[in-house]
Amino acid sequence: MEHSLILQMQGITKVFPGVRALDDVTLEVRRGDVHAICGENGAGKSTLMKVLSGVYPHGSYEGRIIYLGNEMAFKNIKESENAGIVIIHQELTMIPELSITENIFMGNEVMKHGLIDWDTARHRTVDLLTRVGLNIDPDTLIKHLGVGQQQLVEIAKALSKNVKLLILDEPTSALNEADSANLLNLMRDLKTKDITCIMISHKLNEIAAISDAVTVIRDGHTVDTYTVEAGRVDEDRIIRSMVGRSIENRYPEHQSHPGEVIFEVSDWCVEDPDISGRLVCKNANFFVRAGEIVGFAGLMGAGRTELMRSIFGRNFGVWLGGTLKIRGKPVKVTSVASAIKHGIAYVPEDRKTLGLNLIDNIRMTIVSANLQSITRRGLLDSDLEFQAAEKYRRSLKIKAGNTSVGVSTLSGGNQQKVVLGKWMFANPEVLILDEPTRGIDVGAKYEIYKLIHELADQGKAVIIVSSELPEVLGMADRIYTIFEGSITGELDRHEADQEKLMRMMTDTSAAESESGKDGNVS
Amino acid sequence: MKHVKQVLGGELRQFTMVIALVALIIIFNIASGGRMVTSSNFQNLLSGNAYVLVLAIGMLMVIVIGQIDLSVGSVAGFSGMVMALVARDLNFPWWLAVIISLLIGVLAGAWQGFWLSKLGIPGFITTLGGMMIFRGGVIWISKSISVPAPSELKWFGAGYLPEWGPAFTGMNNSTLLLGIIAIVVFAYSQMRRRTRSANLTGTKEVLWPVVVRIILVSAIIAYLTWIFGSGRPGTSFPVPGLILVILVIIYHTITQRTQFGRHIYAVGGNKSAAALSGVNVQKTYFLTMLNMSFLAALAGVMFVGRSTAAGPSDGTGWELDAIASVFIGGAAVSGGIGTVLATMVGGMVMAVLNSGLMLMGVGADRTQVIKGLVLLAAVAFDVYNKKSNRRS
Repeated sequence: MEHSLILQMQGITKVFPGVRALDDVTLEVRRGDVHAICGENGAGKSTLMKVLSGVYPHGSYEGRIIYLGNEMAFKNIKESENAGIVIIHQELTMIPELSITENIFMGNEVMKHGLIDWDTARHRTVDLLTRVGLNIDPDTLIKHLGVGQQQLVEIAKALSKNVKLLILDEPTSALNEADSANLLNLMRDLKTKDITCIMISHKLNEIAAISDAVTVIRDGHTVDTYTVEAGRVDEDRIIRSMVGRSIENRYPEHQSHPGEVIFEVSDWCVEDPDISGRLVCKNANFFVRAGEIVGFAGLMGAGRTELMRSIFGRNFGVWLGGTLKIRGKPVKVTSVASAIKHGIAYVPEDRKTLGLNLIDNIRMTIVSANLQSITRRGLLDSDLEFQAAEKYRRSLKIKAGNTSVGVSTLSGGNQQKVVLGKWMFANPEVLILDEPTRGIDVGAKYEIYKLIHELADQGKAVIIVSSELPEVLGMADRIYTIFEGSITGELDRHEADQEKLMRMMTDTSAAESESGKDGNVS
Repeated sequence: MKHVKQVLGGELRQFTMVIALVALIIIFNIASGGRMVTSSNFQNLLSGNAYVLVLAIGMLMVIVIGQIDLSVGSVAGFSGMVMALVARDLNFPWWLAVIISLLIGVLAGAWQGFWLSKLGIPGFITTLGGMMIFRGGVIWISKSISVPAPSELKWFGAGYLPEWGPAFTGMNNSTLLLGIIAIVVFAYSQMRRRTRSANLTGTKEVLWPVVVRIILVSAIIAYLTWIFGSGRPGTSFPVPGLILVILVIIYHTITQRTQFGRHIYAVGGNKSAAALSGVNVQKTYFLTMLNMSFLAALAGVMFVGRSTAAGPSDGTGWELDAIASVFIGGAAVSGGIGTVLATMVGGMVMAVLNSGLMLMGVGADRTQVIKGLVLLAAVAFDVYNKKSNRRS
């Protein structure tokens, strides 16, 4: 393979009012490589990509961009796309109510006599879909596709623009393991077709699997850049340069001391709110002890979130049956408010759309699930509010000068700490954490893990739902696997490993024989 | 500049609309040859706009939850008409008629709230329906004829506070008393806030800005007291103005200091997150719509009192004035942002524009054009500010 440089970004400096987001950053990408860019959240990765793709127009930054040997001065995304640079954002940007064809040719329509030529567009869509390994009707609406398939359609759309340099921002953050593997394979395949990829990712194992080169950015500087051999990447070196220190163990040491069973769910059944007759949870049975951390492993769409949200005051779906017991006593929990009153807390997987009101500041967020406790004679006591918020700002080490800071200005890790603080202030006995570290950088993850351990040490029953198996294995004392709405197995921490879990998460019959107990398949 | 900031106690941005309001008053006063800042004009300004500002309070809450209420004018007209009719035809005493009218408002609100919260029909549609239903209702029950209202109501719509005590004060003593109460309460709350924040944070706020702030605000209140109190004999701070002030205090407290208030902002900011924090979203919707129509009925009563008769077209277009006040006051169309106090400033800007342009002899046609431009400019300014403050 020819190893000339397709892209050189030299001395890129981008200043926002009060912040130097990028400071003399250099990036060199060889043609035909998969080039990984790593860095903590807020390090400047996305800003760099926005400079490259023209979101920040030429002139609003300093430095030079040399692409295919010519110096470029993109004024907008259209210009960079015409040059063959396409960026696929973390949040997918397709329109759910339109078909695949319509989305792929959005803004780039195939015209004939001044009208859109849908026949040609559809034919070309079929071609493009084949190239990304999708075999579905091009008229399918985007909303009917899974996230993994949507991601592939995004790539097909990029291919339709004759992409030469494809930038993927956290491409697998919303994908399950199978879809992720599929996507990585596709990227390997693109390499052979002379398409260069830049991948921004937090998932070091994926970087290790496919990258040819790695650049690490920290606090707006390039701190490390080197060529690697795919499959032989030193993950620890990346972590060291990302955080500026070495992390021996990604999961803090912890010894749980489980007490009595305080939370018990039996025969829990939930129907899909949109499709009647489809069960999203089938006879779920599980329990959690005081001071115990229980992991729920399952692929996305397996029904983990649906089960937890249904337990949390029937916030999701139609409840068909099942009982909840707290400390041995059956309780009826028919609303979120009553769930909170019974000591259940649920930290949702999607911080920005479900966990936070982004208009609020830290103070208002922390008290928002337990306004009762700051109410005196019918009025909210702003002193109590201040004290509560201040307490959690300090104890959770939320990086903000004071509690009047808006949550939208915080980094992902700090936002998650605020959400955790909000639920700790509600003083629950049972804490359900749905993907507690999604989109959070390595350093902040470690702190969140320590917080979870502290909660368990206080005697809380903690449930962690996660699609990252290492996280489940690293954190949980006991693990349930879930597949297509059924709990397919239960394993102790020491008897579980990634392969066993993955088998139980994907194949019911195998899982039953594997676990040998509590198989619970209906 | 830094000192100004210290005195105002925070960001200058939230005072831009207040500054604009004061500037408008001064400009109009000069342009109209001193006819703007007079006792009678200020009294008229307040009693003539109190009903719209009452509506704006409710509308602020509706807009904060991310909805809109187009029916308020019709509901105000309808409940005002019901009041006039039961008083005339059934010989009900005036107070009973008022209570019935307010109940009608509550029922109308429950009706709108039902469609919005139980059936999930957007407020725009629900209240567009309500706008037609209640407007039709007014014309129907009144047979398109104005109905005289009980004369006692005049006091609510355009009355003045009683005259008492010594004459050497040179003004209406009720007004003077209100002014003194306002100054004392403001000074006390400022000092108390300072000590409390010192207890909480351990750092004492510097004293002089607080004192300057108290002196400044006291001077403004004293000046307003004098303007309102020194008019023709028998006039004072108007009763509808007093009703408005009481409502503003109540609703400011509700929105800023109660669980329900927090729920309104939570639902408007992020409905799903609010639901997952234990907020009953449907109930919040329902109560907010109920409250809006209740305030609409109250505004209707005040208006009928002022004009001494209920007419079939009373309330036409009020919803738009109320909505404009809320947005000039900096509320967000998407919900979750806005305060009662800022809405009042927004409403006063509209009122001062109306009055000032009239004093200058500008016709109603051009007044409309100017008001429309001001609305656009205010919101554009707000949007621009938010954009330039944001870092991507």
